[in-house]
Amino acid sequence: MRIPCPYCGERDAHEFSYLGDATLVRPDPAAVDAQDSALADRFHDYVYLRDNPAGAHREWWYHANGCRQWVRVTRDTRNHAIAGASLAREPGDAA
Amino acid sequence: MRYSFLSILANGLNGQSDWKPAWRDAAPKPSYDVVIVGGGGHGLATAYYLAKVHGIHNVAVIEKGYIGSGNAGRNTTIIRSNYLLPGNEPFYEWSMKLWEGLEQELNYNAMVSQRGILNLYHSDAQRDAYARRGNAMRLAGADSELLDKRQVRAMYPFLDFDNARFPIQGGLLQHRAGTARHDAVVWGYARAADTLGVDIVQNCEVTGFLREGGNIVGVETTRGAIRAGKVALAVAGSSSRVAEKAGLRLPIESHVLQAFVSEGLKPVIDGVITFGAGHFYISQSDKGGLVFGGDIDGYNSYAQRGNLPVIEDVAEGGMALMPRIGRLRLLRMWGGIMDMSMDGSPIIDRAPVPGLYLNAGWCYGGFKATPASGWCFAHLIARDEPHAVAGAYRLDRFRSGHLIDEKGVGAQPNLH
Ligand SMILES: Cc1cc2nc3c(=O)[nH]c(=O)nc-3n(C[C@H](O)[C@H](O)[C@H](O)COP(=O)(O)OP(=O)(O)OC[C@H]3O[C@@H](n4cnc5c(N)ncnc54)[C@H](O)[C@@H]3O)c2cc1C
Ligand SMILES: [Zn+2]
Repeated sequence: MRIPCPYCGERDAHEFSYLGDATLVRPDPAAVDAQDSALADRFHDYVYLRDNPAGAHREWWYHANGCRQWVRVTRDTRNHAIAGASLAREPGDAA
Repeated sequence: MRYSFLSILANGLNGQSDWKPAWRDAAPKPSYDVVIVGGGGHGLATAYYLAKVHGIHNVAVIEKGYIGSGNAGRNTTIIRSNYLLPGNEPFYEWSMKLWEGLEQELNYNAMVSQRGILNLYHSDAQRDAYARRGNAMRLAGADSELLDKRQVRAMYPFLDFDNARFPIQGGLLQHRAGTARHDAVVWGYARAADTLGVDIVQNCEVTGFLREGGNIVGVETTRGAIRAGKVALAVAGSSSRVAEKAGLRLPIESHVLQAFVSEGLKPVIDGVITFGAGHFYISQSDKGGLVFGGDIDGYNSYAQRGNLPVIEDVAEGGMALMPRIGRLRLLRMWGGIMDMSMDGSPIIDRAPVPGLYLNAGWCYGGFKATPASGWCFAHLIARDEPHAVAGAYRLDRFRSGHLIDEKGVGAQPNLH
């Protein structure tokens, strides 16, 4: 599997480490009363629950043995075909 | 037909003409008391114990391919009960006890071989951790023995004891652990369940659920709708995909795990050995091939095939442990899809939707659990209460904080 790093170009997956689903959004503790059980629920969902799709998956890869940037990759989990990649600091679509 | 010495002899004399298929390839009926989704080891064992222990015979196992085509037919067949935590050890020890009586129970040769598993330690701290785990095992009624370097050397003189980085100091041995023939476990449970009236329906994929009010009352399949009093999921690596159709989001990621087998050799390793300084374990099959594996690839995957970095990693682990395997040729390698739960421990629980039961999250260790998983899941389905040894495997433990953190790993790749 090769990952197209937007900075370094196509590189062996060996150079990267993986952090999983890139669509998860960390809940904002300030947005809700901290005593609110809804906040605990949201953190539970954020930390533990996953869509885990068979198909397009947007995910984080860290180019540890390269430019050392976080890359947002869209990969098909059924066949490892990669539809696109963008740097984490650039907001927006990977695909 | 009961298998026995006499049945083998009789068939030997009549040209093997009397053997019958070991189970019926059933067509789905319109309704059952219980529909089990997934014809791997866990689904078939559940069906068997539902019929045998709880008297519920009107049961179907629905399998999208052929039975045993998933992880049951892809694993490295190691069975053991060498866990630490109270939520785990009694469960796995119960499984070990069921393995010990399995062949007589099923009248089927599952080739259960209690050849022992040796976990090597390479530092004082690791020895202390293993001593503690060994004690926890004994408290739960399992066996364990802490060996020093001399004792390990007597067992396996060819290991790299004086490796510069990871010298071997000793090991934790469970004598009663070992291996079993994975396919035979599937076939044995299938045959025994079939004999008790269970329908095994193959090439039938569950594509959705029938609902009435808020309840699940059956499944949609590629071979039509099937109604059920209760629906039980045992689909291993596909847990998220199937549960999603019932509106559930699970604490699971699907990852690929690879395994390897070498060309056949004369007997060299008579037990199971695990490396303590990296992820590598090895045993020898009865055909002579060395069977070994290591870590998951570490990214979400439904591909049932892995990539090269982990192959290199496994090979390096093997070379650090026993350099003599360096001259071996690999015969085959393959992958299976693991349902990696977030704390690395399984789930046997009612789903939050009435009528639905969940058996999932077995990660890379569910083969050894097959008998107890079936036993406890059948108990839960039949009685609507958890079995005593599986009480910790709740789905809501991630919410309540009662994680079963046996090794601190789970799906999170950077913890592996
Ligand atoms: C390479 C490898 C090595 C392993 N080594 C070990 C080991 O040494 N020791 C150990 O204890 N464990 C090991 N495991 C883990 C173990 O194999 C699994 O945890 C266990 O087999 C899972 O339970 P199962 O047998 O019921 O799963 P499976 O055999 O995967 O059964 C699930 C079934 O569900 C079916 N299914 C999925 N979706 C649907 C649907 N929609 N409709 C109908 N059917 C469906 C699948 O086709 C499959 O047959 C290993 C796994 C792998 C891949
Ligand atoms: Zn880069």
